[in-house]
Amino acid sequence: MKRVNVIQAKAFFRVIAIFVTFLLSANSAAVASPEQQAVVPHGSAVAAQAGVVAEAAKPEHGAEATEGEEKAGDVIMHHVRDNSTLTFDPFGEIHLPKIPPIAGIDISITKHVVMLWVASALLLLVFSLVGSKYKNMTARQAPKGIANAMEALVEFIRTDVAKANIGVGYEKYINYLLTVFFFILFCNLLGLVPYAATATSNISVTLTLATITFLITQVAALKAHGIKGYLAHLTGGTHPALWIIMVPIEFIGLFTKPVALSIRLFANMTAGHIMILSLIFISFILKSVVVAIVMSVPFSIFIDLLELFVAFLQAFIFTMLSSLFIGLASAHEGHDEHDAAVASH
Amino acid sequence: MLTSGTILLAGSLLSPNPGLIFWTALTFVIVLLILKKIAWGPILNALEEREKGIQSSIDRAHQAKDEAEAILRKNRELLAKADAEADKIIREGKDYADKFRADLSEKAQAEAKKMIAMAKDEIEQEKRRALDVLRNEVADLAVRGAEKIIRNTLDAEMQKKIVDSMLQDFATKRN
Repeated sequence: MKRVNVIQAKAFFRVIAIFVTFLLSANSAAVASPEQQAVVPHGSAVAAQAGVVAEAAKPEHGAEATEGEEKAGDVIMHHVRDNSTLTFDPFGEIHLPKIPPIAGIDISITKHVVMLWVASALLLLVFSLVGSKYKNMTARQAPKGIANAMEALVEFIRTDVAKANIGVGYEKYINYLLTVFFFILFCNLLGLVPYAATATSNISVTLTLATITFLITQVAALKAHGIKGYLAHLTGGTHPALWIIMVPIEFIGLFTKPVALSIRLFANMTAGHIMILSLIFISFILKSVVVAIVMSVPFSIFIDLLELFVAFLQAFIFTMLSSLFIGLASAHEGHDEHDAAVASH
Repeated sequence: MLTSGTILLAGSLLSPNPGLIFWTALTFVIVLLILKKIAWGPILNALEEREKGIQSSIDRAHQAKDEAEAILRKNRELLAKADAEADKIIREGKDYADKFRADLSEKAQAEAKKMIAMAKDEIEQEKRRALDVLRNEVADLAVRGAEKIIRNTLDAEMQKKIVDSMLQDFATKRN
């Protein structure tokens, strides 16, 4: 129900946006008046909002079509990229404070940092609730409500992702996998909330998470095979004459996995947002109400719903691949045994 | 739209921001540590406990089923044994009854034969006695008749001799 409300709210703002375009582009009062009448029944507040935005946008009205196009691209990029302001159109904006750089690194708080914190706060809120329910529950009781909903996801990650891919000793990594799944999921879902942004559509965030997976994978590989086995794996088990080719390839192969992980998540989350904004801006660029009604609104609602699915899917894929890499790194010996068993048959 | 492409290619989207990396790592690690303590620990413990509980329940159910099957098997065996016992008793009873009946009828037949034999003996004796009596009577009658005849005729002595010889004849013929 909540998700539906979110989508409805977002769609509602889109409708307002379309009416704003119409107000901007309308030259004749005859066409404008029926639309305005249509706006009024929605509530005077909506009409007032539309009016405010219209006033704000008026100075740029005189711009040429090409400049408008440029502006659309800028708006999209402004929305997708990280910056140091939280925009709450048409209520105003909050400028985030700048922190002086420490050791040459600018660690000032940006939009995506705030979104990370909001997602983390929500995550902690939900799971402190769920955790406290579990603390007060005996083994004979069945979980109810939010605890039950979260248990389904936790149990899925535990058995179908961690246990299935890592196998024996998955308990060491389950905390990380559960956290990374819910962290990404909450960040992704937060991106669908109006005025919020998707922290996971920033390459820095995804790269950090992928790097943590990479470090865990390497530690798991070192633990499972020792330094000797780890270095032997880099040679790919080939003849020493081929090492000069194999070692660089295997070495690069180590890093492609986390890079692919981070690019996948970042690109998926960014693409959805760019799609939605582009669909909306088509009606702005073409300055057509018909395009807005026939194309922009239905398609952006569709992409929005798709984004909801992708939010879950990408969180799952990131967790799945992380556990798969950990499983591959740590369970290589079992694989060799399996090969030996196959050969002996 | 072209500019957005150039912005993307220029690397503002693809260039990592060290500050954000720092904040992400920090936030993630803190969230991980807090969640591990407040959520994953209790939830995973509860899940494991429940898993164990379910496993033990299944084990118990299997055990109970095995026990029930053993009891059922035992009961069936007992029932079969009881059936066999009952069959045996009935068969023995029948045999005994048959034997008893045969004995009884044999005895009865023997008794009957004995009684018939006795009756035949008695009849024979009675017949003989009756014949003796009859013979005496007939002799008397004949004597008396002869007396009368002889008295009326000549010599009684002569007549008696003739009658006696005749009676002798009679008796031999009869026997």
